[in-house]
Amino acid sequence: MHDLPVSIVENSNRTEVPEPREITTEPRFSDRVFRAVVSSGGFISLVVLGLISLFLLYEGLSIFRSEGLSFITSFEWVAESIENGTEAYFGIGAMLYGTLVIGFIGLFFGFPLALGAALFLSYYAPEWLKKPMVLVVDIMAAIPSIVFGLWGYFVLMPQAEEWAKLINKYLGFIPIFSMPGDFYTRSPFIAGLVLAVMIIPIITSISREVFAQTPLDRIQAAYALGATRWSMIRAVVIPYGKGGVIGGAMLGLGRAIGETVAVYTVLNLVYDIRPEIFLSAGGSVASLIVNKFGEATPLELKALMAAGFVLFIVTLVINFLANAIIIRTVRKE
Amino acid sequence: MSTVTDNKPNEPVVPNKLPVSKPSKPWKATPKQLLPDILGALGAVIASLVVVAFSPMAGILGFILTFIVVSIVTAASISGIRQDRKAAANSVATIIIYFLSAFVLLPVVSIIFEIIRKGAPGLSIGIFFDDMSVTASDAPLSEGGLLHALVGSLYVVALATIVSIPIGILTALYLTEVKGKAAGTVRFFVQAMSGVPSIVAGLFIYAVWMISLGGTYTTIAGSLALAILMIPTVARTTEEVLKLIPTDLREAGLALGATQWKTVALVVIPAARSGLITAVILGTARVAGETAPLLLTIGGNDAMNWNPLSGNNSALPYYVWKNFGLGTETGADRAWTGIFVLMVVVMIFFSIARVLGRKKG
Repeated sequence: MHDLPVSIVENSNRTEVPEPREITTEPRFSDRVFRAVVSSGGFISLVVLGLISLFLLYEGLSIFRSEGLSFITSFEWVAESIENGTEAYFGIGAMLYGTLVIGFIGLFFGFPLALGAALFLSYYAPEWLKKPMVLVVDIMAAIPSIVFGLWGYFVLMPQAEEWAKLINKYLGFIPIFSMPGDFYTRSPFIAGLVLAVMIIPIITSISREVFAQTPLDRIQAAYALGATRWSMIRAVVIPYGKGGVIGGAMLGLGRAIGETVAVYTVLNLVYDIRPEIFLSAGGSVASLIVNKFGEATPLELKALMAAGFVLFIVTLVINFLANAIIIRTVRKE
Repeated sequence: MSTVTDNKPNEPVVPNKLPVSKPSKPWKATPKQLLPDILGALGAVIASLVVVAFSPMAGILGFILTFIVVSIVTAASISGIRQDRKAAANSVATIIIYFLSAFVLLPVVSIIFEIIRKGAPGLSIGIFFDDMSVTASDAPLSEGGLLHALVGSLYVVALATIVSIPIGILTALYLTEVKGKAAGTVRFFVQAMSGVPSIVAGLFIYAVWMISLGGTYTTIAGSLALAILMIPTVARTTEEVLKLIPTDLREAGLALGATQWKTVALVVIPAARSGLITAVILGTARVAGETAPLLLTIGGNDAMNWNPLSGNNSALPYYVWKNFGLGTETGADRAWTGIFVLMVVVMIFFSIARVLGRKKG
């Protein structure tokens, strides 16, 4: 642009309009770098998840090969080395079963409490109580799992044993409440109670989030038609938020299944499937890993990696499903 | 109650000195309307006391169970008689929801009470200036300390923070600023990553660091495991914060001729600064108490280790775990004191995050 166009030199009366600058949506070089860096950073979590499954699968592959399906169906976990005359074989069937049992006990107690708290916070609590109670639930979510573990062991367990004895006394004829001996300590029931407390905050906060999305006009319509608060909740809030609440419960289950330290503190690991939930014999895959890790033989370590892989896949699937359900509920028009 | 509180009366324009009458609340229950409820609650308490006194139900547990049953019956009959079945159902639901919420609060209160009751007696200035290297595990609490664990925790958490901040923030920027084609997928996977069990993170780092790379127990291995758990928290909180920044700011930046990079770096990030700090501190609060991954990665130590790159180290959760595992009385006391210190640390992070988060609005 600095040189005068030839046309102006030739005829100064006629100025020629310079070529218009090309307008483009192409990002500049700096933006291309920026976008590339940010995008690659954004994919790191995907990469990490992929690496976790790859590494655990790779380490555990030989166990999956040698044990086959019996790795998740058999109950035996024998890590004696060959020089002791026995062959090592590994099965996490009992641990998987135990994990599900304590997870569902946790959900059985935790879910109603969490749902009640969420309904209370959304529709019942007076303004002055709302903030402190939300704070308490948030604090609950911030308490480390080892604290729950020690609290469960020293404070909850003596109480829960009494409750278990009471239920056993009156409902002992039902198989799951029966008791072959007098071993009430460190039972799946107690582990489930600790998990119930631990999953309350996550279910409560997801449920509150979902309830907050309930269309206000429908709530007001219900009230205007003369509904009581409970009829309104049953007619509007529950149908609308059902999916999200179920998703929240599944997230809670996922957390319960992956919980390690708190469960290991209050649960007695036994490699057997027992129907009695008050008996001091339970299982948990995550606790198995911590339990065996310290003195594991190299082969056993591979088996633990395989167990970790199974645990990872199970929690991942539960989380995927839960999040898919929640997203669908919240986005619903 | 959101249905009625929204009807705020318009602020009348009043000359300065005129007294402004308080807005009335016609929907508020009058004392006369409240009377049956109060009488009902009183009746329920008295009835439960009577039942507990003259029946095999004994102790606090018996009283609570009786009280719940009696309250529900009382509430149902009062509203059932005064109004109809719908009202009775409403009262019962209300009572049950109140009880459920109360039971949610109970464990938290109990946990905090026990931490103070069992942890505080072991506190002394000495424990913050000594480690366990020359102290026998059954020595009284006045000997030894948890300085090594405190320093170890600070190291592990600080390194985990350094690793996870850039990754978390880049992820959030990808989700909110670049909005790439895969944003939905990435958000979904970040969500899923926050559900990874902590023990799996520890196993993964063990598989990578110890088995594949041939490393040994170190602080940095522990912090890498914690970083895996911290990234999703940082990413999701940061995303929430960045979403709150008005689009006008970004458009203004772009309209002034700034590139997207400059807009983000000089407009968006500074505007979200306190929110970003909140995100990071929430992440640290999340991982500061993690135990399981550390059991597999840092190895434990009774002495100070100032070098994060080599040698075993301890951390507060590890210290608690180890002393609890001893199974002795002093071990348990040390564990509770460790928990007290750990909870104070976690609560400090938590409070800072909340205060900063509130300022943002």
